[in-house]
Amino acid sequence: MSLPAHVKTANRKPVYAFVGNPNCGKSTLFNALTGLKQKVGNYPGVTVERKIGTAYSQHGQPMTVIDLPGAYSLAARSPDEAVTRDVLLGRRTDTEMPDRIVCIVDGSNLERNLYLVHQILDLGRPIILVVNMMDLATKAGLEIRVNQLEKQLGIPVIAAQAARGQGVIELKLAMSRQDLPLPRHRWDIPAEISSAVSEIQASLQNFDHKPPLIARAESLLLLTDQDPLRVSGSQPISPQTSKILQNWKTTWEKAGTDWAGTLVAARYDAIGKLTADSVHQVDTFVAQNTSDRIDAITTHGLWGWAVLGALMTALFLSIFTLAEYPMGLIEATVVTLSDAVKGAMPAGDLRDLITDGAIAGVGGVVIFLPQILILFFFIGLLESTGYMARAAFIMDRLMGKVGLNGKSFIPLLSSYACAIPGIMATRTIEDPKDRLVTILVAPFMSCSARLPVYLLMIAALVPNGEVPLLTKVGLMLLMYALGTFGAFGFAWLFKRTLLKGEPPLMIMELPPYRMPKIKDVTLHMIERAGLFLKRAGTIILAISIVLWALTAFPKAREEATAAEQIAQSYAGQAGKLIEPVIKPLGFNWEIGIGLISSFAAREVFVSSMSVVFNVEEDEEDTTPLREALQNSRWPDGRPLFTPLVCLTLMIFYVFAMQCISTVAIVKRETNSWKWPLFQIGYQTGFAWLLCLAVFQIGSALGY
Amino acid sequence: MADSISLSALTVGASAVVKSYPIKGTAFIRLREMGLLPGTRIILMRSAPMGDPLEIKVRGYNLTLRKAEADHISVEPIEDK
Repeated sequence: MSLPAHVKTANRKPVYAFVGNPNCGKSTLFNALTGLKQKVGNYPGVTVERKIGTAYSQHGQPMTVIDLPGAYSLAARSPDEAVTRDVLLGRRTDTEMPDRIVCIVDGSNLERNLYLVHQILDLGRPIILVVNMMDLATKAGLEIRVNQLEKQLGIPVIAAQAARGQGVIELKLAMSRQDLPLPRHRWDIPAEISSAVSEIQASLQNFDHKPPLIARAESLLLLTDQDPLRVSGSQPISPQTSKILQNWKTTWEKAGTDWAGTLVAARYDAIGKLTADSVHQVDTFVAQNTSDRIDAITTHGLWGWAVLGALMTALFLSIFTLAEYPMGLIEATVVTLSDAVKGAMPAGDLRDLITDGAIAGVGGVVIFLPQILILFFFIGLLESTGYMARAAFIMDRLMGKVGLNGKSFIPLLSSYACAIPGIMATRTIEDPKDRLVTILVAPFMSCSARLPVYLLMIAALVPNGEVPLLTKVGLMLLMYALGTFGAFGFAWLFKRTLLKGEPPLMIMELPPYRMPKIKDVTLHMIERAGLFLKRAGTIILAISIVLWALTAFPKAREEATAAEQIAQSYAGQAGKLIEPVIKPLGFNWEIGIGLISSFAAREVFVSSMSVVFNVEEDEEDTTPLREALQNSRWPDGRPLFTPLVCLTLMIFYVFAMQCISTVAIVKRETNSWKWPLFQIGYQTGFAWLLCLAVFQIGSALGY
Repeated sequence: MADSISLSALTVGASAVVKSYPIKGTAFIRLREMGLLPGTRIILMRSAPMGDPLEIKVRGYNLTLRKAEADHISVEPIEDK
């Protein structure tokens, strides 16, 4: 057995891959080793997070470390696992094949964690095994003899407790070794499948030009990969190899051979032999550990709902109260900045472009950043404590009714505050189709940017603006309910038509509860927010400038008021242009301008209405605007904002896709313009149809 | 020895040994990879508040699966002492 030539070259910066099951403490270890020297991005073509960092050996030599996505098996069932598999097998052209592999396992859950390690041992690369969470293993009544494991496997095995920083130095020392040994572990491939494995291996070597050991590992993998999940960026296997594979499968199927099961069982047998010598089990079945006792409450038929409800209430309370102060600060900063530019520059289009276009536009989105950060932090907290999986467990039945699984719950719930973190949180959903459906329906949830629009419309309902509290609350609830039903209805529809797939699985680990690592959660939050600003920022800036230009050009005569200017601008012309389309909904061209400007963010509707109806904008008091709306008339003298129009407009805001930041993030998360464009089309189309029905039926009934 | 029943028919808190389940299908391959093999000992921990999915303890960790899968998994209950 020979190492690939480059591994031996001492001068080359070695590339390490960190691999392990989800919840094994891999990221904590990765953060501890690389500090903040990390590059976070996406693997090209798939929305799987790619984390690469630099660690330093004991001699100060830099080492590249790739933190691969958590995986239970190399027989991938999710895009995350597919990327891990493809990087390890050298199938990806965008990521170099790691020279050395660090496998991290949860010591308290050794057998299942070793399954992935066992698949990786086949690769014949230098491996370091880190047995993490030794404290939990001890608590679970396990005594793990690291030396014994080391002897059996022939590779360095390190006992660690990454959360407390134990084992990090030992790992660094092992990673600094030039002479990292290859695993010694040998196991017998079951007789039923051994000739198939050799045949596929030979074909992989001949036709796919794989090195022998990789070919062997890959041939074993192809047998458990019944429906090999391909993700973009990975190279397909040759037709010759897939034909051989297909022939074997047909033969086995006829004979009733359980080829995949046999292979899995053989691996667990081998793992059983390993652990028999190296793990001393005081008691295999500790019936009730601490997590189980917590679960007795958190997943209880009654208390479970109470805990879930309380946590979610706390989340929304903190979003709306904690975010208020920083939001005010951002708003003040935007105003100060804009005033400073106004003071420093001569009046003109360039100045307006910067203040009214760039600063106001970006400011309108950045203002939601505090809410987005709180949501990211909260979602990170739920993930790192282990509660996220419990919420999915509780909600699975309900979500299952529309063909989704419990994991869609938190993303959808987050979307009530803002769809952006909600959509970014869909990455925990393994099934690509379920994930897409969740992304497609998430914007129906009434986010906080819609609130100002709802409030204005409710205020405009009655002449004195004093809407009875009950009506107010009732209407608000109606809007939230409409969005929720819309989301579930469309999810149901999509799962049956467009994105038909296998019924979603709920094979999910409930990880033990853990104290959250605030540092990791914060880091994660900053990464996510950074990604949002980086990816959505440019699109938001561009659209803001375009929207500004639409209202600023062509120029009206010198002494024109703002209302006159906007009326004859491109935006005004566009409003008039779309008037025939929105007239059946009871909207005129002035409302049309508001709808168009809402693409920056929905709450912009309020400020553009102020401009259109020539009202001095006032954050605190919308009375003048309300009165202006109520006094507005169609050319023939009919009032424009009748209660029915107000209601129709609110319904339009529930369903229409108007938020450019969401469009930008959907583009990023689905990797194409196809889905965000589809979303704009179907959501806005449905909004139009529904509003048409509401307005026409309402009018016919005499409202 | 008791007779085989389906996993979803097991009473909460009871232990059992997995006997057999279908060899084909994404779900069943993944369940095997997660360590649920014929001969493996499990405990049915609980069902979710709405009755589905189920939570089992297998190889020292907690795993959830839907009744739709559990229906096809035959287990042999172990009498508690």
